[in-house]
Amino acid sequence: MAEAKQVIVRIKRQAGPKVAPYWEEFALPWRPAMNVIICLRDIAENPVTRDGKKTTPISYDSNCLEEVCGSCAMLINGRARMACSALVDKLEQPIRLEPFSKFPVVRDLAVDRQFMFESLKRVNGWIPIDGTYDLGEGPRMAPEIQEKAYPLSRCISCGSCLEVCPQVNDNNQFIGAAIVSQVRLFNMHPTGAMHAKERIQALMEPGGIQDCANAQNCVKACPKDIPLTESLAEMNRQAWKQALVGWLIG
Amino acid sequence: MRQPRIIVVGGGLAGLMATIRVAEAGVPVDLFSIVPVKRSHSVCAQGGINAAKNQKGEGDTTWKHFDDTIYGGDFLANQSLVKRMCEAAPGIIDLLDRMGVMFNRTPEGLLDYRRFGGTLYHRTAFAGATTGQQLLYALDEQVRRHEAEDRVKKYEGQTFLSAVIDEGGVCRGICAMDLRSMEVKTYPADAVIFCTGGIGAIFGRSTNSVVCTGSAQSALFQQGVDYANGEFIQVHPTAIPGEDKLRLMSESARGEGGRVWVPKNPADTRAAQSIPDGERFYFLEEWYPKYGNLVPRDIATRAIHRIVYQEKLGIRGQAAVYLDVTHIPKETLDRKLEGILEIYEKFLGVDPRVEPMKVFPAMHYTMGGIWVNAEDQATNVSGIYAAGECEYQYHGANRLGANSLVSCIFGGGLAGPAAVKYARNLEKGAESTSASVYENERKRQEEKNQALILPDGTENPVAIWRELGEVMTEHVTVTRINKDLEAADVKIRELQERYGRINLSDRTKWSNQTLNFARELGNMLILARVITLGALQRDESRGAHYKPDFPERDDANWLKTTRAKWLNGEIHLSYEAVDISQIPLRARRYDAAK
Repeated sequence: MAEAKQVIVRIKRQAGPKVAPYWEEFALPWRPAMNVIICLRDIAENPVTRDGKKTTPISYDSNCLEEVCGSCAMLINGRARMACSALVDKLEQPIRLEPFSKFPVVRDLAVDRQFMFESLKRVNGWIPIDGTYDLGEGPRMAPEIQEKAYPLSRCISCGSCLEVCPQVNDNNQFIGAAIVSQVRLFNMHPTGAMHAKERIQALMEPGGIQDCANAQNCVKACPKDIPLTESLAEMNRQAWKQALVGWLIG
Repeated sequence: MRQPRIIVVGGGLAGLMATIRVAEAGVPVDLFSIVPVKRSHSVCAQGGINAAKNQKGEGDTTWKHFDDTIYGGDFLANQSLVKRMCEAAPGIIDLLDRMGVMFNRTPEGLLDYRRFGGTLYHRTAFAGATTGQQLLYALDEQVRRHEAEDRVKKYEGQTFLSAVIDEGGVCRGICAMDLRSMEVKTYPADAVIFCTGGIGAIFGRSTNSVVCTGSAQSALFQQGVDYANGEFIQVHPTAIPGEDKLRLMSESARGEGGRVWVPKNPADTRAAQSIPDGERFYFLEEWYPKYGNLVPRDIATRAIHRIVYQEKLGIRGQAAVYLDVTHIPKETLDRKLEGILEIYEKFLGVDPRVEPMKVFPAMHYTMGGIWVNAEDQATNVSGIYAAGECEYQYHGANRLGANSLVSCIFGGGLAGPAAVKYARNLEKGAESTSASVYENERKRQEEKNQALILPDGTENPVAIWRELGEVMTEHVTVTRINKDLEAADVKIRELQERYGRINLSDRTKWSNQTLNFARELGNMLILARVITLGALQRDESRGAHYKPDFPERDDANWLKTTRAKWLNGEIHLSYEAVDISQIPLRARRYDAAK
């Protein structure tokens, strides 16, 4: 009988935020249609390394497993992507799993992406409605506006665009393409547009749109194919316009 | 006047709506969630949200929405409350629209509506095929605004362990565990609203997200909060099988004209596209000419099971049928269904615009849940409210597609103000509750952790979970036979016994996901028994609950709500009357117009 096919996975582990990382390697039985999540579950059921050493299950974030919640982003063979949609048969082995490097590690592959949610707060990332009581229908919208806005509204806050951005580093806290693109979305909405200025102002503060150096890595890394560079260009334009108007009348 | 404080547990649609309503009333909210709320399972809802706006001039009314919902639920839902929900639905759509949800539009700039299962009207508003995601984000953004203005404090990365209940049986807060520090703490509140979602993990693999374990519901049940209609489990007809998850292929695929079929010859080895129309069996259209591919989910699921297991017509002998959208123009598919087609393409590497999808039914939703009253989402324990999928109202014996989002938002919207009113009327709030009440609960939970972490057992929690999922899926989903249900209960009890000898392969004190999972597993096992015993008792067929030995609905004996209670560590089932005050009972048949 031929030897059963195996999947070799190398995982960068770290027991907590302040301790040194190390690598562990696992050999798992191959099955059809495996993804990286299935590999991590196999390890949880039998936490033994390739060389037979007992270990602990891998910590990682996951939830929907269909690439819509944004939880399971990690570096897979060096590339920022979602673990659920990373199919083993399409990956070179050994499969290398590492946590995102631009966010604080919590444990193993789990990182803290609170920065993104805080940033959404900073830019007033919402449509300011008067209240949830019945005020009738919302504003009408041309289908072509909806068709432009909808793809932007599919951002899952996975953080891939920050992970690949050279402007997100120890010396620079660029807010990231995802947030800039969200501002564009809110500014496109008829009600949101009434408060566009405040959001643009927030984008002009330190870490804002001016920190984008146009590397264009973000748009390639986005698992949802959001036109991030288009959003960056558009918000850059809006910011310049606002600055210019401010300067002229200021 | 004292300022009350309210806790919301769960940050999906229902939890966020409840949070917004409480914050709007000027009462501070502590919002607890296992995941950052933007990653809650509501993001997985695809097809849309129902409201009878009659925007296609078909003469749709909220009464017809109400009638479809009651009829679809096989008359088990309490009617007056469902009526209120259907009447509120158009206003809910308006609200979501105002919040900026990017619903699809008509050329006139109005919201577009599509058809869904169990109705003949275009009643479903949608945002591509990621409607749940879009709705969740809209509510998440509103909550973020309240958070920025200090009305809401989020506790993300916290798992609910138990309610804090005082000597008088009144809820005074919760006990939760921080999933990083593993610290167990209590949090006082005058009222707590639970919006803890689905229970898919009890069935191992389902369309649900990882966090949908039903653990919170089970923990509450073990503290005296009743659980109703647990046996009513929805199996969605069209999902992509997978080892980690059964990925949903929304009913909207059929709402937009998708057709379900199998080759007339199961040995046909041709690619699906090259099988001529005359050699295909469109069994739903043939069996249910009026509703065709848009029969309710329980009907479609049983039809697919019949095709595969009785007629032996599954594609090449496998447990699969085709869901075909290849005849729909690509432009329409990309505008209205892209989100789900992309899932199929990414996970299977096949373009469903070109090749029909292979699908099979999958556990999807629980109609049953925490017992709440028919007025304002209050449970039988003072100070505890519930809303969303975790409670049992609204859907009866089978939920219609695109009704879950509306029930989440309606229920959450009711629970918020109800909890505020309750909390404001309390003579003595959490501040007067003795510290020992909190400390005792904290200790009790801490001891549970120690009992799991310390022993040198032999049983792996993941393995127990896998076996639980297998037995539940095999015996407690589509077709239920009493002797199999009995066997399933024996098996679950055996798993409970093995659970007592659990061995955690991780005993560390930081971000220990194994410990958290083990706690959830213990709760899942108990809820699994509630579901199984409810199904065993109910000797009839109604909605999603189908017993071939009792193939008819039996209103004389079983037009009643199952109400499970936990008494002295045992599950007790009791029954109560269903509100049928609005729509008279009639036979439920989808092969003809109703």
